Amino acid sequence: MSRAAITDLYRIDDLLSPDERQIRDTVASFVDREYLPHVGKHFRDGTFPTALVPKLAELGVFGAALKGYGCAGLSNVAYGLILQELERADSGLRSFASVQSSLCMYPIHAYGSEAQKERWLPGMAAGKLIGCFGLTEPDFGSDPGGMRTVARKDGDHYVLNGSKLWITNGSIADVAVVWAKVDGGAADSIQGFLVEKGMPGFTAKEIKGKFSLRASYTSELSFSDVRVPAANVLPKVKGLKGPLSCLNHARAGIAFAVMGAAVACFEGARDYALSRVQFGKPIAGFQLTQEKLADMLQEIVKGQLLGLRLLRLKDEHGKVSPEQVSLCKRNNVKVALDIARVARGIYGANGVTDEYPPVRHMLNLESVYTYEGTHEVHTLILGKAITGLDAFGAV
Amino acid sequence: MKILVTAKRVEDPESKIKVKPDGSGIVPEGLKYKINPFDEIAVEEALRLSAAHTGDVVVVSIGTKDVHEQLRHALAMGATKAVWVNHTGALDQLAIARLLQKVVEKEKPDLVILGKQSIDDDQNQVGQYLAEFLGWSQATFASKVEALDSDAEKNKQPGLKLTADKKGLTVVREVDGGLSTLECSLPAVVTTDLRLNQPRYASLPGIMKAKSKPIEELTPAALAVDVAPKLTVTKLSSPPARKAGIKVADVPALVEKLKNEAKAF
Repeated sequence: MSRAAITDLYRIDDLLSPDERQIRDTVASFVDREYLPHVGKHFRDGTFPTALVPKLAELGVFGAALKGYGCAGLSNVAYGLILQELERADSGLRSFASVQSSLCMYPIHAYGSEAQKERWLPGMAAGKLIGCFGLTEPDFGSDPGGMRTVARKDGDHYVLNGSKLWITNGSIADVAVVWAKVDGGAADSIQGFLVEKGMPGFTAKEIKGKFSLRASYTSELSFSDVRVPAANVLPKVKGLKGPLSCLNHARAGIAFAVMGAAVACFEGARDYALSRVQFGKPIAGFQLTQEKLADMLQEIVKGQLLGLRLLRLKDEHGKVSPEQVSLCKRNNVKVALDIARVARGIYGANGVTDEYPPVRHMLNLESVYTYEGTHEVHTLILGKAITGLDAFGAV
Repeated sequence: MKILVTAKRVEDPESKIKVKPDGSGIVPEGLKYKINPFDEIAVEEALRLSAAHTGDVVVVSIGTKDVHEQLRHALAMGATKAVWVNHTGALDQLAIARLLQKVVEKEKPDLVILGKQSIDDDQNQVGQYLAEFLGWSQATFASKVEALDSDAEKNKQPGLKLTADKKGLTVVREVDGGLSTLECSLPAVVTTDLRLNQPRYASLPGIMKAKSKPIEELTPAALAVDVAPKLTVTKLSSPPARKAGIKVADVPALVEKLKNEAKAF
């Protein structure tokens, strides 16, 4: 790990406990050794590094903040530090971990029956089973309450129809947490269904042509009269708060994690600017470059402190409010994206190739800007919290 | 079997090392530290042997309280307990070996595994001294026949092998131009070379568990070892900076330079 001292100008390391630092450093050296040498090829080929899944599981990464069922039971801060290191390598790998842990294991852990937990969580923690999360639909992204996926009770089964889009891990998942309206009800009837790979009528098709998160599989899920046993319904939650609580959980981690991509871009751009000589001196010696690097560092320090505070709040209070998460996600993803774009510029023409990391991070962060609540939705969540006026409603 | 291993705290090889202007040492600011990589290989080997033959792995480090970081690292990898010899200040290799000798006499392991050298001062002496002081057999530069991408390595099989009667150890040593295999009787001191194994990552739950594992504190005084250095470092200096290369006009000029300046032929 070649973390430069300047990156931690504010000694944020001192705000971490020795075991949190040790966890972070362990994942950092794992990523440096096991993934960074190969990430460019995966991005170019559009493949996810499946061989890393058992190794990450051996480390204890999946469901790391959950207790019991083979999970590591770490703090949310430790979980965020893990995600930040994965993101430093590639947002695709971090997305895999976020979906597996926060969007699939978390709802089973929080809302599942004992039998469901026993059946899925140990295998998922061990990386032997892969999960995905189906909420977004082709016509309903920011407005999930309008979803068209439905489940109709039929004896001791539910019959599921509809489709879900932009589903990370979809085509490689053994189980999908799918949210659907039940028996012709409105948003308050929404329930979570554990749809298993191979159930007749359930298909997952990989989405091609992405310029972002290329080292991650994104899919469309289709359900055509899929008969799901009633035992596969998550029994402990009903309505939109089910999926939204999962998102709140995942977004808190992501909001902190994206600073990993920002750090990778900043440190790479600084090293490049120091070695690239134009007009007889390193371009790092030009004031225009120094201003860019100063802006990057300033936003990284602020974003790290914001993210750390968010996850400490979560550890201290057991939860964080959507507004608290929105402020951090909104700020950190935007600054990380800006840093990646500026870093791309510092690399000049080299910055547009996959030989160097910034354009990959930049393209990845375009997805992160949109997923897990778009930048605009987080703005409206904050706007509502500040004014008490809901800007989401229909005209 | 009980195995004792060492975990010296050294500068991270990826840190930029700067010598102080007066040559009295290196600039500590901004440096990161880690477990000596050869010691990490020793910890890994001990864990594999203890998994195959059941037993405890005790890890030892000497230094200020900072060395707890390296002890915790070894405990997180899976070592059973740690011994910390609390000492501030410089130590020479003889003193380190004498301290380890006392710890070994106290802990009574069947085997001591330590790095062949530490990457900070590259002395390569402590293992050999320790074997001599204890009167034990020694095997230095332990390696193995199987490659680091072999199935044996993936399955975390130990490279050091107990003999059939479990009273000895077969060690493959790295020597100039090849490998030599020797058998030594236990108890023994083994020092590790680079290709013995690929150390595991500490698991994240392992890191949490390590917090509750015991670290026993000892001191040179309690071990009755006189650690006054017989060897002192008088001056450190950086290697001279490399001179920039030159461009030659054509091949004959290159041949001329190679022949007359570089004396390549």
